[in-house]
Amino acid sequence: MPLAASTYLVAHELSYAYPYRGRARSVPAVSGISLAVARGSFTGLLGPNGCGKTTLLKLMAGVLSPAAGSVTLEGRVLADLPRRVAARHVAVVPQDTHPAFDYTALEIVLMGRHPHLRAMQLEGPGDLAIAHESLEATGTLHLAHRPFTSLSGGERQRVVIASALAQQPDLLLLDEPTASLDLRYQLEVAALLRRLSREHDVTMVMATHDLNLAASMCDSLALIRNGRLLGHGPTNEVLTADTVRQLYDVDADVRFHAEAGHLTVTPVRRAG
Amino acid sequence: MITDGSTHAGVHTALATARPIRARLAWTVSVFGLLAAATCVLAPLVGSTPISLRRALDPSLPFASNVDAQILFIARLPRVLAGALVGASLASSGVVFQALLRNPLATPFTLGVSAGASLGAMLVIILGGTIAVGPWSPVPAASLAGAAVAAAIVYALANGPRRAMSTTVLLLAGVTLNAFFSALILFVQYLADFAEVYRATRWLMGDLDVGGFAPILGALPLLVGSAVIFAVLPSSLNLMGVDPDSASSRGVDVAATQRWAFISASLATSAAVALAGPIGFVGIVVPHLVRLLVGVDHRIVLPASALFGATFLVACDLVARTLLAPVEMPVGVVTAIIGGPFFLWLLVREG
Repeated sequence: MPLAASTYLVAHELSYAYPYRGRARSVPAVSGISLAVARGSFTGLLGPNGCGKTTLLKLMAGVLSPAAGSVTLEGRVLADLPRRVAARHVAVVPQDTHPAFDYTALEIVLMGRHPHLRAMQLEGPGDLAIAHESLEATGTLHLAHRPFTSLSGGERQRVVIASALAQQPDLLLLDEPTASLDLRYQLEVAALLRRLSREHDVTMVMATHDLNLAASMCDSLALIRNGRLLGHGPTNEVLTADTVRQLYDVDADVRFHAEAGHLTVTPVRRAG
Repeated sequence: MITDGSTHAGVHTALATARPIRARLAWTVSVFGLLAAATCVLAPLVGSTPISLRRALDPSLPFASNVDAQILFIARLPRVLAGALVGASLASSGVVFQALLRNPLATPFTLGVSAGASLGAMLVIILGGTIAVGPWSPVPAASLAGAAVAAAIVYALANGPRRAMSTTVLLLAGVTLNAFFSALILFVQYLADFAEVYRATRWLMGDLDVGGFAPILGALPLLVGSAVIFAVLPSSLNLMGVDPDSASSRGVDVAATQRWAFISASLATSAAVALAGPIGFVGIVVPHLVRLLVGVDHRIVLPASALFGATFLVACDLVARTLLAPVEMPVGVVTAIIGGPFFLWLLVREG
């Protein structure tokens, strides 16, 4: 893959297999994936359940270490960076967050400052100001003192995104960020992510099952099946009826929706 | 990207009411610290026999003939000191276990450490044993050994190579070990005679009548060691309390935090149980009361729980010493009578 001057992240021949206990064989979750992510781009990872999207995100975040291959951020090997240093560059937004304790929204957002603090250092006024901006950017400032568990799904997800923003990352990895939200909150979070990507110069990689969401937000798509990369390219070229069939074994109607301004995918039937 | 916070002169609007962590921490530690200090100073002066502080501290009276001084320094002060240390250790290890297991209803005894300690103590009380280890007399020495065995078993089961601990396995192994050791304790008691069973049962109730300063000095290195580890854990525990995976993506070494949390909390619990027996409910009642008062940030909850745990246990022991005076109740009975209903109320409230 040609390395553009503006490439931020390069995954090179990444492989990973989860260790299994007992006699179960360890099956590779990701095998030999190479992928370049341009700075400031919005990349979608598409593929069926269990195809390795989440594993790939964890490898890109440095939460898992690859069995083979490497992830580099602007030339620096992720695995060689201390955990805290890596976390200053890459942040993760999971699908769901279920805290075990009743933290306030502000406390959750301030925890995004953790990689920027030394051990045992308490956050100061500067950190509070950054938390303030993150809450403002996600429209959750008025929720700052509310218990996180008392918030609606959409509010929670926006607070978690604010927490990731407080980390001041260059790269935001999103694992199906709208999957547990209803239609209105899906659009709300999608609009927020689009705006953050445009206005804050954050590179985004998002794993999703929602092809219409991907079509509306991502400028490039990576297609993954059985832990392997089937293709990677601009959304308008990659998202076709053919690739949908390849990925999901589903016949779909893919067409440009003039009013929405992006491709739309309507599943029609299971491919025979 | 979001601008650097230092360019902001101050934080306006909604966050203006947010008190910085530094101030909250200082305020909380001062209040709970004063409370603990006041309790520990006043508690030795109260008891079934009234004493005069002036007479007790009178240097002109020889200690051998100064009954007030003897009661104060030999009977009450070690007891209050033991209460403060045991209370602080059980309450803070309760906080750490609750964070480690991501379960606010966990206690320091959930993972079987106290059952192991109790089995060790039972074996020595009933089978007899005379081997003192360093500053530890046979019963606490055996209880420490039992705790170490239990902790090692649970740790080995939950900790695979090159991966984070499984908190589910940890919990299941702990609960199973608790039941197993309890059965062994009953078996050992079945073999014993009445006098031994009486001693064993009294030990299991928990009692702060430690009989002098020597056992406290023996426990101190373990308690101080675990407190030092506790001091570096809270911010990592906060992030793991939100979500272990996102904690990892924010720079927390989750496996190391789990390992040190387990080791330090087990150490503190073992030392406390070896010193005073398995005093129940301190490790669950105190953290929950503290969370109701100061919120859930572990950087505040942990020191506040340690201080309030000391206050709580010394106060409970005061009740145990004076309520049915001159009969002294074991403090474990008092904490259970207060803690049991509170725990049930908590379950209903949180359920």
